[in-house]
Amino acid sequence: MSSAAIGQGVPLDGRGAHLIITVKEDARPLVRSPARVSLDLTDTIKLSQARRGDRGVIVQVGGHCHHKEHEVELERRLLELGFVEGAEVELLHEGLFGRDPIALKVDDMRVALRRREAASLIIRRVAA
Amino acid sequence: MDMALKTARVALVGNPNSGKTALFNALTGAHQKVANYAGVTVERKEGLIRAASGRTMSVLDLPGTYSLRARSPDEEVTRDAVLGRLAGETPPDVVVCVADATNLRLVLRLILELRAVGRPMVLALNMYDIAQRQGLRIDLETLSAELGVPIITTVATRKRGIEDLIAAVEAKVEAAAVEGENRWSSPDSAALRHAAREAERIMKACVRPPERPDTLTGKIDSVLLHPVAGMAILFVLLFVMFQAVFSWAAPLMDGIEGAIGWIGGLVAALIPDQGGGGLIQSLIVDGIISGVGSVLVFLPQILILFLFIIALEDFGYMARAAFLMDKIMGGAGLHGRAFIPLLSSFACAIPGIMAARVIDSRRDRLTTILVAPLMTCSARIPVYTLIIAAFIPSRTVWGVVNLQGLVMFGLYAAGIVSALIVSLLIRKVFWRGAVEPFMMELPTYRLPDPKSVAFNLWLRAKIFINRAGRIILPLVILLWVLATFPYPPENATLPAIDYSFAGMIGRALEPIFAPIGFNWQMVIALIPGMAAREVAVAALGTTYAIADAENATGLLASTLSAQWSLATALSFLAWYIFAPQCVATLGVVKRETNSTKWTWIMIGYMFGLAYLASFVTYHVAVALGGG
Repeated sequence: MSSAAIGQGVPLDGRGAHLIITVKEDARPLVRSPARVSLDLTDTIKLSQARRGDRGVIVQVGGHCHHKEHEVELERRLLELGFVEGAEVELLHEGLFGRDPIALKVDDMRVALRRREAASLIIRRVAA
Repeated sequence: MDMALKTARVALVGNPNSGKTALFNALTGAHQKVANYAGVTVERKEGLIRAASGRTMSVLDLPGTYSLRARSPDEEVTRDAVLGRLAGETPPDVVVCVADATNLRLVLRLILELRAVGRPMVLALNMYDIAQRQGLRIDLETLSAELGVPIITTVATRKRGIEDLIAAVEAKVEAAAVEGENRWSSPDSAALRHAAREAERIMKACVRPPERPDTLTGKIDSVLLHPVAGMAILFVLLFVMFQAVFSWAAPLMDGIEGAIGWIGGLVAALIPDQGGGGLIQSLIVDGIISGVGSVLVFLPQILILFLFIIALEDFGYMARAAFLMDKIMGGAGLHGRAFIPLLSSFACAIPGIMAARVIDSRRDRLTTILVAPLMTCSARIPVYTLIIAAFIPSRTVWGVVNLQGLVMFGLYAAGIVSALIVSLLIRKVFWRGAVEPFMMELPTYRLPDPKSVAFNLWLRAKIFINRAGRIILPLVILLWVLATFPYPPENATLPAIDYSFAGMIGRALEPIFAPIGFNWQMVIALIPGMAAREVAVAALGTTYAIADAENATGLLASTLSAQWSLATALSFLAWYIFAPQCVATLGVVKRETNSTKWTWIMIGYMFGLAYLASFVTYHVAVALGGG
């Protein structure tokens, strides 16, 4: 991760987190495996639990279970569609039945997703 | 000077909704050819560029993708074409990456991937006028240096920047000696993250956010994606669409029918009907002209339907329709995108099945194709109206509802409900409950360009006539042979068809159809009725010896109501909800699925359902006193 990105306040993605930890080593307990652990879990929710109007920053893409092929594939597809750690998301619209699917603003584009897939994304909520 | 002699090959690659096809049209004009890639049902669009220098280059419009890591047959074609792995295709000399200048983030990541392939590349920053209007500043020099590719700004819809783009491509062709090594391999999630970060860095370095960002899309969405208002608008839109398909098309269809009749008459007059001439006349007039005509007559409906679909797609609404319908479609195990193909199938299953190409996942696409013919296509309407007019009294029930209208509605509903149930069963039986993810970009709304809509419509018409013609022609000839030979004896008392192969097959099949209440005349009529569903009306006329049954439906209806019981009539209606009485559809399914197995599965399940439904209908009706 480039220092520019850290400076821009785009923290807390899996691998980038490693860099941040080394900087703040004394302030926080060291996390041994930087790949899959999000650090600050305060006010983080699964994107699938978000409601209309919620905003946040993606802190983790993909589940912990990396044995199942479809989970790995889902993670890659989400990444390709712009759901990457550090991206800003806002829930714009919800479907009529069961509030599903959801329409999101991801950085500067709009994406539709089912809540089922949104469960693979963890966001840290930001006040609107 | 080999390069000057060889036609250089250019491939267009880009994200969906980047205006790639508009750029392709601007580059090639009308010089394009639409076909399929060898072995897969992915549309292959190729065109010719004539550069100012006199050089001609061939351009391939590859399916839109976010990544070379393909997830659908379409994207596999893009990957293999770029990598030069595609069977029967030479690798492109130059890759033109088409980007929506207002939506660069994802395409930057794609460019990084393309760069690893090592082919000479040019970046076309399309929709540049919109970017400028938004006050979006792109530092082209830095961006070009960062990516290591020349950048040309274009406005495909206004044909701006096209000359420059061609010149840049030519320059690459001439310098073609330097071709990098292919370092591309399917990226894993770590590589994707890394590339996304790199794209983000380039974005920050070269692009200043718009001063006047597009707020219109958000405003339109707050209405069109509103859970209640959005649904209501969708249904109003569908209502208008169906009104248009059925009412606007009617005069045109009458015109085509008239023209086909006129041509048939003309040919009949030209060919003497004595001796061998009579046979040729019958083959051309009764076989080919009326057989192909019975399918061509649906062209106006199909074009009106496609006019709506293309315009709404270009506007950006179709992704919203998929969003709104996803939960309902998902309940039946279908993808939100399946909505449009199934909708098209109300006019005719053929364009519906062809439209299923928009669905990424092979399974979802196959499911959609398998249930599309259950939608009540317009060819069923003549059959339904004939039987309803003959057997269902026109009286009012429950105070306001016309009974005939209610039965018609019931037939439509039966088609829809059965399609949903069947797709659910397909998912359970064949896919064991696997669910494909639903995720798609909701593109920015754009006013459709009338010229490009007209052009695409013309292309669709050409494809329909071409495909339908090629599939139907041999089949209608086969059906004509069955219905014509052998000739009736000299002293024949029954209609000629009774003595033909069709008659023999009909009589042989009669015992199978007896339990569902069909008599032999009906069974015989089903055989030529395989050409298209509405042909059954004319075929019934033939077996009941009523001339010109299609126009004299009153006479046919009264004959039928005298000859059939109510139970038989209802059973016949039930048969027509399900039976795949349309060889053209089956031919298109074979082509689109590229699988004999799935075609037979469709034939099997549809005839099975038809028999079951007719059996139940017949016996329930008899038990209730309708026998």
